[in-house]
Amino acid sequence: MPLQRQVRPGYSRLRGVPATMTAPLHEPTAEAAPSAAEEAAVANAEEKRQAVQGRSLGRIAWERLKRDKLALTGGVIVLVLIAIALLAPVITALVGQDPEVHHEDLIDPLFGTPVGSLGGISGDHLLGVEPVSGRDIFARIVYGARISLLVGFLSAVVAVVLGTILGVLAGFFGGWVDAAISRVMDGLLAFPQLLFIIALVSVMPNELLGLTGTGVRLFVMILVIGFFGWPYIGRVVRGQTLSLREREYVEAARSLGAGRFYILFKELLPNLIAPIIVYTTMMIPTNILTEAALSFLGVGVKPPTASWGQMLSSAIDYYKSDPMYMVIPGVAIFITVLAFNLFGDGVRDALDPKGSR
Amino acid sequence: MTTQRTSGRRKQALAAAAVVAALLTTAACGGGDDNGGGSKNGAAGFDAANNKVAQASLAKKGGELKFASAQDADSWDTTRGYYGFMWNFSRYYSRQLVTNKTEPGKAGAEIAPDLATGVAKVSDDGKTYTYTLRDGITWEDGKPITSKDVKYGIERSWAQDVLSGGPTYLKEVLDPKDEYEGPYKDKSKDKLGLKAIETPDDKTIVFKLPKANSDFEEMLALTSASPVRQDKDTKSKYGLHPFSSGPYKFESYSPGKNLVLVRNTEWKQSSDPIRKAYPDKISIKFFSNANELDQRLIAGDYDLDLAQTGLSPQGRTTALNEHKENLDNPVSGYIRYAVFPQSVKPFDNEHCRKAVIYGADHVSLQTARGGPQAGGDIGTNMLPPSVPGSEGQDYDPYDLAGANKKGNVEKAKEELKACGKPNGFKTTIAVRNNKPVEVATAESLQASLKKVGITVDIDQFDGSQTTGIIGSPSNVKKKGYGIIIMGWGPDFPSVQGYGLPLWNSDYILESGNNNYALIKDKKIDGLFDDYVNTLDDAEKADIAKEINHKVMEGGYYLPFVFEKFINWRSSRLANVYTTDGYSGQYDFVNLGLKSEK
Repeated sequence: MPLQRQVRPGYSRLRGVPATMTAPLHEPTAEAAPSAAEEAAVANAEEKRQAVQGRSLGRIAWERLKRDKLALTGGVIVLVLIAIALLAPVITALVGQDPEVHHEDLIDPLFGTPVGSLGGISGDHLLGVEPVSGRDIFARIVYGARISLLVGFLSAVVAVVLGTILGVLAGFFGGWVDAAISRVMDGLLAFPQLLFIIALVSVMPNELLGLTGTGVRLFVMILVIGFFGWPYIGRVVRGQTLSLREREYVEAARSLGAGRFYILFKELLPNLIAPIIVYTTMMIPTNILTEAALSFLGVGVKPPTASWGQMLSSAIDYYKSDPMYMVIPGVAIFITVLAFNLFGDGVRDALDPKGSR
Repeated sequence: MTTQRTSGRRKQALAAAAVVAALLTTAACGGGDDNGGGSKNGAAGFDAANNKVAQASLAKKGGELKFASAQDADSWDTTRGYYGFMWNFSRYYSRQLVTNKTEPGKAGAEIAPDLATGVAKVSDDGKTYTYTLRDGITWEDGKPITSKDVKYGIERSWAQDVLSGGPTYLKEVLDPKDEYEGPYKDKSKDKLGLKAIETPDDKTIVFKLPKANSDFEEMLALTSASPVRQDKDTKSKYGLHPFSSGPYKFESYSPGKNLVLVRNTEWKQSSDPIRKAYPDKISIKFFSNANELDQRLIAGDYDLDLAQTGLSPQGRTTALNEHKENLDNPVSGYIRYAVFPQSVKPFDNEHCRKAVIYGADHVSLQTARGGPQAGGDIGTNMLPPSVPGSEGQDYDPYDLAGANKKGNVEKAKEELKACGKPNGFKTTIAVRNNKPVEVATAESLQASLKKVGITVDIDQFDGSQTTGIIGSPSNVKKKGYGIIIMGWGPDFPSVQGYGLPLWNSDYILESGNNNYALIKDKKIDGLFDDYVNTLDDAEKADIAKEINHKVMEGGYYLPFVFEKFINWRSSRLANVYTTDGYSGQYDFVNLGLKSEK
């Protein structure tokens, strides 16, 4: 047992990968006191000694994640949501509905609300129909998932790319580069992004870079949400880089004559993967909520494109007469954000076993 | 420790139980009250005040009449106000030479003398109108209202640089060449330099029109023809405290918060054949949230909605289910429509315009507007029901309320072929972002046009910037707004008061344009010229009919509905009736309360 443990960290270190990634400062302690779960895993795998020795960090994290039921549930829901978003046209075709087709015959002309109980839920319309227009809510929820996830993911990508590059630069070069980037980050963190987007959307042209209508809105939303999101990740990356660049293995690489770019990309970046992944998974649900808020305020996607936030906003006028119309998109947002958060928590715990739960 | 904790929990539980019990009790009380009210609350019944007088005999002197509103007036200055409810409300504190009759329905749009002893003595050529003022008419400080005050009040319309916003019909009719500079730049000593109005003595006023206009007296019945006293004219601030000539005067006004009128003790009932002045006090409370306003109305905290534009969907449902006897369902006089600017291709081709008219699903549009009751009957032409010459749904050149009411894809495709766009085209709908109902109609139009191959993008613009965005033909062209969604109601019930700004080529403006379709039809222009010279009512109606037909044949407009509202009237109100004089609103000036409190 002790022998194995000594081998593993050493093995990792040769490749510049400390065993615990998110808290390299306490690396020795971490090595000395692996979590009970980890120990059990190691014990289980004892007969496959070779395999154990060759386990990568990702694999360890995966082993831990697999044992976290809540995180797994979240992960499965996330996968299902992604599948729903990707297969939206197929799913709606299967139930025979289209998110943009009106069914006024299902609407009570006096009140504007759907005929039948629970907002017109029926075999044809699984989640009922919208007041006034009679559009199928199930189809709109399914298509709405596309918008939510698209904005959630892509704006996270924008933020991660910007945040990582600028964070590493600030941390690695220090000095005036660090000072400049850090001040920009401070500024952006203090910026009222929601108000900024609302103002921006109202002056936005209808056509931009070959995109029209909803395309323009999505493009701008993704860029802006991503742009205001990068300092969060940038700060973490900068801090990590600051501590990592003084490590012995970096020193060693440097004394062996490694260039700056080699150290940046081969020595530092791999060690930053874990915090980046954690922050990304945490950022996606926040972005989804921001998109919903923007659509709620009427500056999100354009009609007739379906969006959960926009559905929620138009449901306000019918909260008493057709409560289901408000409940359904609300639940959709709730489930999505919860799933991403649970999954994100699990990933963090898996990558950082010392993090208190 | 353990005991303490238990007792702590018990306390909490007790407290919680007490709270729940209290809530239940109050809820029960509320329920009890509701049941006690219900249909026995004394309300007149559904549609009881629509075009007829409800509970006139129950009106008593005294009490506070409480208006509630989700929006303030554009201005309470008689010269500057243009909102329909402002014109209606302004009769509480202002009088005119002539005004609308205080009668329900169509008769409410007729003219009756107010400050004048009778309607105008018109010369044979229709160019001279003479009025004599009544005795006993006074300002709120007791001084008599003179013909010079009336002239000065009308002259204020010329000062558009200071007092913008109001209707300018009188200015255009009396001074078509724009020679007079307005009272603030007037060089004469008494500031009464306008030549078209003469005041030989304090009791007589003579209007000399350069060119006859058969609707001139209608224009004098507008609020903008109210007298204003020179020494009380605070120019652009006048709207904060207009000097009263009517039965009530301003006590306090905080814009966007509240307005209180109290009795003008100098006003004499004997001098006023129009106003009954039942309540002692009239108040308006302004709300920022329409849903809250509806709830408070239904709860009985206020008597009626100032804006008179119907309950919002939420309140409507509650009211129709539980308080139907408090509702009226009048026709508003507005037409809601889509209009096609000819400057945007392919709408320069009438067949492409007609393709949209045929392709639209008119039932769907009606549902989006609120359905047959809250939205109105399917609109089939462009003359509102309250305007003489209107034929309602009897004139339906495109069969919009008949065979084609769900849209006619074949016909639409035929028109597309004739237009040279057999596969359809792309265009943009411009719609105000602050009107959810209008956005809903845009979506409906978008969905039905998709079926005929016309792809539309919806552009929601800032509703408060209407004049600069869709009111600017060059901007409309630049943005490619092929379809504009709007509505329009008559300023006074005649084809001139409704259609002149919409259809006459002279009214195509660089900014603040309302002739969105950019109609330049010599025949239509000629018909308007004929109209103003025609004094016979039957002939006037015939010309109105012909103008309407010409407009519809050109395919410039897709009417949605002849608008209707579902308006709330509290159980306390008496002598309630809707009037065509104010587009189907209740006639505010003679509302009374059933009790003196």
